[in-house]
Amino acid sequence: MPAHQPDPDATTHDPGSIDPGHVVLDARDISRALTRISHEILERNKGPEDLVLLGLHTRGVPLARRIGERITSVEGAPVAVGSLDVTMYRDDLRSHPARGPQKTVVPPAGIDGRTVVLVDDVLFSGRTIRAALDALNDLGRPSAVRLAVLVDRGHRELPIRADHVGKNLPSARSERVSVRLEEIDGHDDVRISQMGDHA
Amino acid sequence: MKHLLSINDLSVDDIETIFTTAAEMHDVQRREVKKLPALRGRTVINLFFEDSTRTRSSFEIAGKWLSADTINITGKGSSTSKGESLRDTVLTVCAMGVDALVMRHHASGSAQQVSEWVDAVVINAGDGTHEHPTQALLDAYALQQRLGSLEGRRIAVVGDLTHSRVFRSNVLCLTKLGADVTVVAPPTLMPSGVEAWSKSAGFATSYDLDQVLPTADAVMMLRVQRERMNGAFFPTAREYTVRYGLTRDRLAALKPDTPILHPGPMNRGLEIAADAADAAQSLVLDQVSAGVAVRMSVLYHLLAGEESA
Repeated sequence: MPAHQPDPDATTHDPGSIDPGHVVLDARDISRALTRISHEILERNKGPEDLVLLGLHTRGVPLARRIGERITSVEGAPVAVGSLDVTMYRDDLRSHPARGPQKTVVPPAGIDGRTVVLVDDVLFSGRTIRAALDALNDLGRPSAVRLAVLVDRGHRELPIRADHVGKNLPSARSERVSVRLEEIDGHDDVRISQMGDHA
Repeated sequence: MKHLLSINDLSVDDIETIFTTAAEMHDVQRREVKKLPALRGRTVINLFFEDSTRTRSSFEIAGKWLSADTINITGKGSSTSKGESLRDTVLTVCAMGVDALVMRHHASGSAQQVSEWVDAVVINAGDGTHEHPTQALLDAYALQQRLGSLEGRRIAVVGDLTHSRVFRSNVLCLTKLGADVTVVAPPTLMPSGVEAWSKSAGFATSYDLDQVLPTADAVMMLRVQRERMNGAFFPTAREYTVRYGLTRDRLAALKPDTPILHPGPMNRGLEIAADAADAAQSLVLDQVSAGVAVRMSVLYHLLAGEESA
């Protein structure tokens, strides 16, 4: 039964097996993009009040944390940061072997009446965000939900758009966009490559 | 793995995966909206040919919180009492389009037999005196929540072992997780052939509760199953309590904070004194709430993935 399945969102691979591609954002680009997103979030929300940043597993979680740190250092007041697991809400549950859910951590004050900013690494089909909106629905009633992503690569399959985008990256469906982050992969970069045989 | 018939079906990794998911499910239990959509459109039938309160309602709640449709069928009041065979009953139920069958039956091996007849996922919720795997999983989960890793922990399992499927599943599960298990029972309630099994499975046996208790890291009391006892296995209930019950005196002999487990239903005053059952270190109610989380996890892993998983 619960065999250990590779994370379908995993974006790192054995470098020998596929085209390594080329770097579209390096560590400093990522840092600048996150700083800009942090300011945009603050501007849009008119301050850090009632703001909740929820990172989507896997790589949205450290991104939300980094944005939270930036907002805290700008405003001097801590901002609530949590994580959201959407495994149970996915529309493709039946097409993969069952995966165990990961931690959902909602700040103790909850999300009712607050502004939730969902944070993810790549916006692609929009299906993860659809699942996240459903998951939020079971957690409470935010006054507004916004979306911040590091990379928007297009190819939406649902009427969903991001409010804050680190980089718009026009890509072909046959290409792979991989985000690597210090906290998970040891270093920061975003690469684009041709999909390997393992895709 | 398609079915859950025995703890032997599970590897240590499988058990850890079930526990990790159960911990997430436990968090859902504390939410205002206790509902996940993972099993929407799936149908789970609880087919119980023996009495049950907690197992059946716990499977029912677990299924409902995962958005499955759950239906209960009990032996009493079903066509079984009109003489329908087990095979016909399960085939009839499955012909309605059922995805999972949670089954309790008084015949050992019945769940295994049914799994060969039907396409649905079969979960053994107790087959005769054979096994009750989800009970063992929830006991180990509840213990692990309290003690941390069970590796090397000394756990005493005490009571009516001959008639206990909970004992069998628990010994398999706890030893798999590295616990140091000692089973304690009067000679008449020690299953025949236990010597050979204890050697191969790696657990100890004892007839002397007072010798085992002072070093135990956890004590699991099992119910004296009077409904399965046709003959006399001990002279009087009083004598059983004096020698094998967790009395107030024995509670005092335990190391402080030693968790006390009982799978329920309890015979208060027989195998467990009220003081022990209601003590702060008693995990009896934690076991019940862990039961829902663990069963959600089992249903999720068996039913949520692709058909051929």
